[in-house]
Amino acid sequence: MDFKGKDIISIKDFSKKEINYILNYGKTMVPYAKGEKYTDILKGKVLSSLFFEPSTRTRLSFESAMNRLGGRIVGFADPTATSQKKGESLADTVRMADSYSDVIVVRHPHEGAARLAAEFADVPVLNAGDGAGRHPTQCLLDLFTILMEKKRIGKNKIVLLGDLKYGRTVHSLAYALSLYGTELTFVSPESLKMPKEVVQECRGFGVEPISTSNLEKAVKDADVLYVTRIQRERFPDAEEYNRVVGTYKVDVDLMKYVKKDLIVMHPLPRVTEIDPEVDKTPHALYFKQAFNGVPVRMALLSLVMGERL
Amino acid sequence: MKELKIPPIKDGTVIDHITAGNAVKVLHILGIPKSSSSIVSVAMNVRSRLGKKDIVKVENRELDPHEVNKIALIAPKATINIIRDYEVAEKHNVELPDEIVGIVRCSNPTCVSNSSEPVKSRFIVMSKDPPRIRCYFCEREPEDIAERII
Repeated sequence: MDFKGKDIISIKDFSKKEINYILNYGKTMVPYAKGEKYTDILKGKVLSSLFFEPSTRTRLSFESAMNRLGGRIVGFADPTATSQKKGESLADTVRMADSYSDVIVVRHPHEGAARLAAEFADVPVLNAGDGAGRHPTQCLLDLFTILMEKKRIGKNKIVLLGDLKYGRTVHSLAYALSLYGTELTFVSPESLKMPKEVVQECRGFGVEPISTSNLEKAVKDADVLYVTRIQRERFPDAEEYNRVVGTYKVDVDLMKYVKKDLIVMHPLPRVTEIDPEVDKTPHALYFKQAFNGVPVRMALLSLVMGERL
Repeated sequence: MKELKIPPIKDGTVIDHITAGNAVKVLHILGIPKSSSSIVSVAMNVRSRLGKKDIVKVENRELDPHEVNKIALIAPKATINIIRDYEVAEKHNVELPDEIVGIVRCSNPTCVSNSSEPVKSRFIVMSKDPPRIRCYFCEREPEDIAERII
């Protein structure tokens, strides 16, 4: 399967077969991501890391992935220190990065920004999150985590909890999980329900998601509980945010209702939605999930640059 | 003798079979009358074999394909008749292309195509009849396409 030169913009650009290929290739990257094995397949290659919005995990794991593959990184994590501040367009910034590097990673507050970046760059562009839109590498590492822990993606009962309206990871994830025919349950406050377009997409794959506000009932026979943060920055007004934050809390009491092998995932950062006490339970998978960003992003960088292990 | 509500035109374009009630939107899409000094006649809720329809007649102006595509967004069953010397010289159905570029504004205010970036709006046509389009950049589907015409 050839990914050389391909942009990674939306999970919808990939078939199930292609996703499986990326995930399986990601498995081979794990010992390299842990530093147990060494490779320099991207030696002499330069990655432009263009982060117009704050990020911890995505930026660091992309940079770690490039370093683990022997490549180098240029870029910025704070656009106020760049010509963006002078009013330079994203298109022009991308044109520059295109001439300075072999691959571009971009995060931007506008939806569709990565697709636009790909229009102006000859080198591959990887979307590291565009506004409330897509975040395909997060989606792939979430699938990777489920695959590694459950040995399969389909035939799992998966509960998506929290901000299902504005949360960018859950839209792509619901789509991708539907490709695999997983049983989906959506739990959210009424005002943060999954958009109907996403529900319709799930139905298009023969999956009929259940929507409920009863978390205890939903997690009872679940295999995966995927929690998202209620994102203050996506709310049009503070009043609406204050009304819904804290509606659900995943704590050790809730864990009494669940199956022994339920895994709790979260794209992080978390605020109050998962009690730190849960970290000590075998259910907590979110830190391992964050690590999985490295092998998955290593796999993607290797594939799009056509330099394989 | 049959009474003609709108008299025939000598030269120009007759847009027939417009979804009843949409004639005014069609005129808006075409920028008529602002963009033209032609005489324009509009008939709405005209009875036909297939139910009610609207008709627009534009004198001394032949529509080009770009304009035809715009009409297909809100009147997918419309037919375009090019009239020369009172005769129908050309007749064709409107059909949405696979992509719509620079015609519809994305309904997502934070879509990159609504920012100051040097790109035209671009939509992938998901369904031709009824028309359903999806933003190439942010993937949002506008609900009221007619309201989003640039």
